[in-house]
Amino acid sequence: MSHPQAAGEFLKDHPKAKWHDETLWFVRDKRDRISKTIPEWEELRNLASQIKENVLSKLDEYLIEFEKNAQANGIHVHWAKDGEEHNQLVLEILRKQNCTAIVKSKSILTEECHLNPYLEKNGIEVVDTDLGERIVQFLNQPPSHIVLPAIHLKKGEISELFHEKLHTEKGNEDPTYLTQAARIHLREKFLGAKVAITGVNFGIAETGEFVVCTNEGNADMGVHLADVHIACMGIEKIIPRRKDLGVFLRLLARSATGQSVTNYNSHFRSPSPGKEIHIILVDNGRTAQLAREKFRNSLKCIRCGACMNTCPIYRRSGGYSYGSTVPGPIGSILSPGLDMKKYSTLPFASTLCGSCSDVCPVKINIHEQLYEWRQEITKTHGELGKGLSMKLASGIFKSPLAYKISGNLMRAALKTLPKSLIYHPINSWGKGRNLPETPEETFKEWYLKNRK
Amino acid sequence: MSSRKSILEAIKAIPREEKPLPDLPDFGISGELEEGFTQSILGNKGEVLEKSVFENWLATQDFSKILSLTESYRNLSTIELPKDPHELSTLDLAILEGQFGVAENGAIWLDDSQLFLRAIPFITEHLVIVLDRKNLVPTLHQAYQRIGDAHSGFGLFVAGPSKTADIEQSLVIGAHGAKSLRVVWK
Repeated sequence: MSHPQAAGEFLKDHPKAKWHDETLWFVRDKRDRISKTIPEWEELRNLASQIKENVLSKLDEYLIEFEKNAQANGIHVHWAKDGEEHNQLVLEILRKQNCTAIVKSKSILTEECHLNPYLEKNGIEVVDTDLGERIVQFLNQPPSHIVLPAIHLKKGEISELFHEKLHTEKGNEDPTYLTQAARIHLREKFLGAKVAITGVNFGIAETGEFVVCTNEGNADMGVHLADVHIACMGIEKIIPRRKDLGVFLRLLARSATGQSVTNYNSHFRSPSPGKEIHIILVDNGRTAQLAREKFRNSLKCIRCGACMNTCPIYRRSGGYSYGSTVPGPIGSILSPGLDMKKYSTLPFASTLCGSCSDVCPVKINIHEQLYEWRQEITKTHGELGKGLSMKLASGIFKSPLAYKISGNLMRAALKTLPKSLIYHPINSWGKGRNLPETPEETFKEWYLKNRK
Repeated sequence: MSSRKSILEAIKAIPREEKPLPDLPDFGISGELEEGFTQSILGNKGEVLEKSVFENWLATQDFSKILSLTESYRNLSTIELPKDPHELSTLDLAILEGQFGVAENGAIWLDDSQLFLRAIPFITEHLVIVLDRKNLVPTLHQAYQRIGDAHSGFGLFVAGPSKTADIEQSLVIGAHGAKSLRVVWK
């Protein structure tokens, strides 16, 4: 389904769509307010961007340094060229442990690799432990937002779901009550899991340690009770120095949810005695994106989700309308690199207003890259339906006479023609857009009358 | 070819100009550290207490399992530190010593030498961290300077109780980890 079609589906439930829009805007507003309390905010964004710039220019060296230091700390380091190899590596580790049930904290990378269905197919029970992720997992849905996975659901829907899955009281929609039920349910899973999987927010080359940030504490509940911790990390998550964390942790939570820091920021350097830590470094299209000079900067992303919260299209079309693991503006510049045909409508799901670039904590020029992808896609896949009307318009605008005649004709026609003809399916521009009221006279006529 | 080799070779083959790694300035905060820290903890839904207030509060509670790993309150422990953290699944209260706190966001640094078992601050129902008010730094920049190249297998910035807003953005305290955080001045 194309983005406009899927967005149309989302907008059918108007009150819910409005709630979605307003709620994400509220998060954006919180981000604005907290960022204004840091006088050096813009300087931090510049620094973060420069650090990532340096990382991308020396990524191979940093990865080697990270591996060496992590191994010296007793961490097992694995490499995966794509999602499939990543999933196989995870399964191998589980098989060695005779493990058939795991707990997993939030990891967009494992979503990208479709780890859950792969493990389930191989007889492993996977329990997502972030509350939002557990909710969407119960529904067999992917997250609709990278930071707020269940933002597309209302508490009534979650109450019904928990009544069915966790036997909560029917009709009890109190978030505290529902969260408590999930706490009891998940605690049992934490206590029973031998292997825990987490994502990685930052990997530090200098020390070989990695950092995982959560508010719920679910990543830590999983890994400190399990015998084996598997951390899945995209190769672009490397930063050079421990002190660079000062810059990134100051930006991450403030950009994501408008809070000063996540409540738990865990730095893993070596396993507890008798336990194991494995880290899987995953490429899955990242080196290909690195090779695309115009789109290279998209790899600076720290997955805060600020561009989604601010985007007028995301807020009004929902995460699922993008059909990609990472939705929203950043997803629309990452996904075409993975499959240009499949994601060909995403770079057009934008007004190019630039708000995404304005809030991005690592200063990715997101809206410019959206524009660049449009050029690439149009070159490869043709002009996507608007071609005919645009060619016609171009001919009219080039000739003053044609412009004058068609202008007069259109003003008369728009008033009298039936709507079905104006908003004809052939005119894809007219779909979802309203024409303004046509004025009585042209600007030229008004000017001639009023210049005296 | 191994994936390691193919990934590294693919990166090496991309023509790139080396970009400099910036130096980090020493940003501070305006205002007093203790007041800033206290406000930050409150914002994260924790509390900051004087010793006497904490002791009065504790006297009103009916905790059966308390594990205290700080010199200040060693005698409060009702259980021994187990080998296996699973045995702490019904722990009511953990009392730990914090190394230092960060005024801008309330984050408190602990590593393996304060934690003993890494699961403790998460698995406990309630968490108390004892902190010396002299051990406060303005921002995370000074925090990482202070950590320097200290080597611990695990390090944690904890800034509040476990929380979530995944149901309609309504804030709920006590998702999976500790349901409360009290910072007690030493």
